[in-house]
Parts: sequence; structure tokens; C-alpha cells
Amino acid sequence: MTEKLIKILNDVRTGVDYASEERLVDDGLIDSFDIVTLIAEISNEFDLRIPPEYILPEHFNSVAALEAMLAKVREEWS
Amino acid sequence: MNFASIEFAIFLCVTVFLYYTFLRRYQWQLLLVASFVFYAFSGWVNVVFISVTTLTVYAAGLLIQRIPKAAENRARRKRVMVICLLINFAMLAVMKYANFAILNVNSLLGLDFTLPNFILPMAMSFYTFQTMGYIIDVHRGKEAERSLPRFALFATFFPQLVQGPISRHSDLAATLYNKHKYCADNFTNGLSRILIGLFKKMVIADRLIPVIRELTGGGVIIADGTAAIDGALYTGSFVLLSVFLYAITIFCDFTGGIDITIGIAKTLGITLKENFDRPFYSRGIAEYWRRWHITMGSWFRDYCFYPMSSSKIMFKFGKFARRVFGDRFGKRLPIYINTMILWFLTGLWHGASWNFIMWGLANGFAIIIEQEITPLFSKFNKRFDTQSKAAFRAWQIFRTFWIMNFIRAFDIYPSVGATFRAFGSIFTNFGAGRFSLAAVGLFMPDIIMLSAAVATLIVIGAVANRRKKEATSFARVVFCASIGFAILIFGAYGFGYDVNQFIYNQF
Repeated sequence: MTEKLIKILNDVRTGVDYASEERLVDDGLIDSFDIVTLIAEISNEFDLRIPPEYILPEHFNSVAALEAMLAKVREEWS
Repeated sequence: MNFASIEFAIFLCVTVFLYYTFLRRYQWQLLLVASFVFYAFSGWVNVVFISVTTLTVYAAGLLIQRIPKAAENRARRKRVMVICLLINFAMLAVMKYANFAILNVNSLLGLDFTLPNFILPMAMSFYTFQTMGYIIDVHRGKEAERSLPRFALFATFFPQLVQGPISRHSDLAATLYNKHKYCADNFTNGLSRILIGLFKKMVIADRLIPVIRELTGGGVIIADGTAAIDGALYTGSFVLLSVFLYAITIFCDFTGGIDITIGIAKTLGITLKENFDRPFYSRGIAEYWRRWHITMGSWFRDYCFYPMSSSKIMFKFGKFARRVFGDRFGKRLPIYINTMILWFLTGLWHGASWNFIMWGLANGFAIIIEQEITPLFSKFNKRFDTQSKAAFRAWQIFRTFWIMNFIRAFDIYPSVGATFRAFGSIFTNFGAGRFSLAAVGLFMPDIIMLSAAVATLIVIGAVANRRKKEATSFARVVFCASIGFAILIFGAYGFGYDVNQFIYNQF
């Protein structure tokens, strides 16, 4: 899953070291447009709809945070 | 009560005095009473509307919290939130948009329904948005406020009531209900912020508004009650002047109002979120909207843009669009549709007029264009290493400033048609030879005074931005005195002068 997420992130916006970056939103490396693109891509790739209450900056700051959020969505919504 | 009026100054002095002296044990309760007194000055009927909002949202918040979060209760929790949203948005819709809707139905179907001519309660858009944000947050799992008076203060806190910032309960609660000891630093910092706000409003914005009225024939935002002339008398080069002066005016009027709001809160020891981050230094349109009216932008982002983007309909539409239009365009289409819906709503929030709707759509369109051409520009920027060149960054700032100026033209002309005609005249009838500042009431003393005032603001902004440590008390007192004198000498006020409401008050 990590590799898939990094690939999606690179498609959304290139030139960021997603493997090590931990402040993607806080440091402005991705913006709201990138986040909704990411949501659409994740939904398409994993067939998983992310409810709006999960769309918080802290869930998009790193690949690890994204993975944790997706696991939580799967657990609570499927 | 206008922030830039003697009545408000007296009201504020009495409130602050009681806050730190006789009623220091009851500070937030005093603020609640003061907020209702302040609001009652706008009309008793308005107090009824804000009370209905306060009560319904408070009750809905408690009700949602009482329903367990388990999966089987999701629909019940959502139902309570939706009912609360419907009641409050319906009140806003009727009071703000009834005339506009009936006018359009009449003209579209050739009917003759009578216009209700409701008067929009002061700040209804702001307090509705703030409280609706709260109820959505509670539905998403945040703690509801248990005390009705405390919640009422969150909904009505007078400094931010009239033009924002649109606060989140979780941010404001942390500072609003605490006891605050008098602190000279906070007080003088707050006072200097209030004076900067008054300086922007009274020395710059209020002097420019009549000039823009003359230039544009009285647009949707700065109409003075007289009939607007649907066809600008001043065309071509004067249109450039209009949009340029309006950029300065709206900046000084709105940021001035927010400076006063944040300054008042600071004198009370309360910290409010900043609403601006030097927006005219933005190098792109999306960046501009991250730096202008920040709390409104984040409200629309968190409560509209994200939920729409992750909704079931968009989830299905995204799959459909990819199948039909292919991966590249199909994945962007839902996002661009959401962007246009979002900016349509943002335009509508600003006012019941096609001008505002067009203004919103123009912003959405510009952002989409920017998104599309960014990859091309990125290649160009990389190839020529443009970002290390100050001249190129200055060009990007200049370009963004003028794109936003042209979009804002919808605010100042009386109709969409008049705006397009004015814009077209720049290309068809520029008329540089007939350009004259004196013709629109700007004479040399005004120009020198306004230029000096704008230069002063730029210097204050630059110093504040670079300053690493707090100014000394002496420096703050000298600063306050200087700005105070500047307002007394150059400000637009006094007998025979019609003080202009802050532009954002009418939203």
C-alpha cells in the first residue's frame, strides 16, 4: 500500500520526497486541490470513499498518516 | 453602531473599563451582555433572528452529542445536523435572497410577484456560517458546548460579529471564556492595531469610495442609495484607474475592519485568528485566496469543497467520468465541477446579485486555468530558473494583482453588462489623452496624502513582518500617538461627512 500511495502522490504533485516528508500540508507542499485530487485517486485505486470528517490536515501530512487514516476508514465504514 | 463612530468608541471604553475593574469576575458574562447591546443597536428584530440561530444550534449540538457515535446511529446524528442546517440556511436564504429570486422568476416567466423587501439582519451571513461550522464540527465528533450563555457568546461576540473573522468554536473557546488580567502590552498592542484599522478605513478607504462611485456610476458594493447609472461615464483608461483604486479601497476597508476587530479582542486579552496574510504579495490566484479572507476560504474548503469532493455522488461521477473521458481528463472533471460550484456559492454568499455570482465564477474559472497551466509553467520555470530571479517574482505578483483587480470589477459596476462594457472599453476606447485624475475629484493634495498613507502602510507591514522581537512600550505609545494624529488630521469624518459603513458589514 505504501508504494501505491507514494506513486499516487507523485502523480498528484512531483518533486516531493514523500517517503520521508512528515509535514506535507503544514509546510504547504500539497494544497487543497492536491488533497481532493488525492481523495479521488485513492477512492479510485482502493475503491474506498473517504468521509469528510477524515479530511483533516494531520491525516495528509505523511504517507504513514494517510495509511493510518485509510485503515481507520476501512475499519469504521466497511 | 459603526466601528469608526463616537458611539462605538464610548461603548467600547465603558465595556473595557468594566471588564478589568468592577466586573472582572464576570468577564465573559459582561461580553455576552455587551454583544447583545451592540447587536440591539442594529434593530430589535435582528436580535430575534440571532437568538433563533443561537438556540437552534445550541440545542442541535447537545442532541447530536447525546446520540451515541455507533454506526447504527449515524443517520440519526446526521438528521439532527441537516435539520439544523436547513432551518438556519433557510432563514438566511429568505432574508438575503428572496428579492433576488423573485426578481429573476418574474423576469424569466413574465410574472409580477411582489417583492418582500426584507432587510438583511446585520452580519447574518457571518454568524450563520460560524454557527453552521460549529454544528458540522459537533456532528464530526467535536465536543458540544454545554452552557447556553457561553454558546451565545460564541455566536454573538461583538468585535467579530459584523465582518468576521469566521471563528471555529475549538479555537475561540480556548481564549473567550478564560479570565484575563489587565496586561499593558496586550492593551497597547490592541490599541495600535485598532488605530491602524481606523487609519486604513478613515484616511484611505473612506476618501476613495466617493471617487470610485463617481468612476463607476455606483456598483453593487459601494452604491450610496442613489440609482446606479448602468453605463459607466468613465471608460477605457479610467476603468484601469477604477479597479486599481478599488483594490486599495477594499483592502483598506476590509483589513482595516479586521485590524479593529483583532485589536479590540486583544485589548480584552482574547486572541482571534488572522484573516489576511499580505495577499497582494501573492504570486498566483490560488495563493491569493489562501491569503485573503482566510477564515472564509477555510470555511468553504472544510465544509463545502472537501465534503463535495468526497461525496457518494462525486465518487460515482468520478468513476463515470474516467470511463467516458479517459483517465487524464476524467479524474479532473469532478474536481473542476466542485470548484465551480464552490465559487458559485462563494459569490452568492457575498450578495444576492448576478455581479457577485459572476465574480465567484470568474474566480473559479481563473483557478482552474491556473491549475491547468501550472505544469507548463513549471517546466518553463525550471528551464530558466525563474524562481531565483527577483524580477520574475515581481512580475508574478504584478500579474496576480491585476488579474484579481479585473475579476473584482464585478463588485464595482452596477450590472454584469456594465462590467463587460467597461472592461471592453479598455481595448476599444482607451482614451489615454482624456485621462485626468482631477476629473474624478482627485487633486494633487489628495494624491500626495493618499500616496503617503499607502506608503506608510507598506512600511508598517514590512516592519511588522520582519520584526523578530516585540516593540518597547515607549515605541508603541509613540506609534499610537502618531497614527492617532494622522487620523485626526487626514481622516474623513466630522459634520457633513457621511461615514461609510465597512463594506463587509452588508454581507
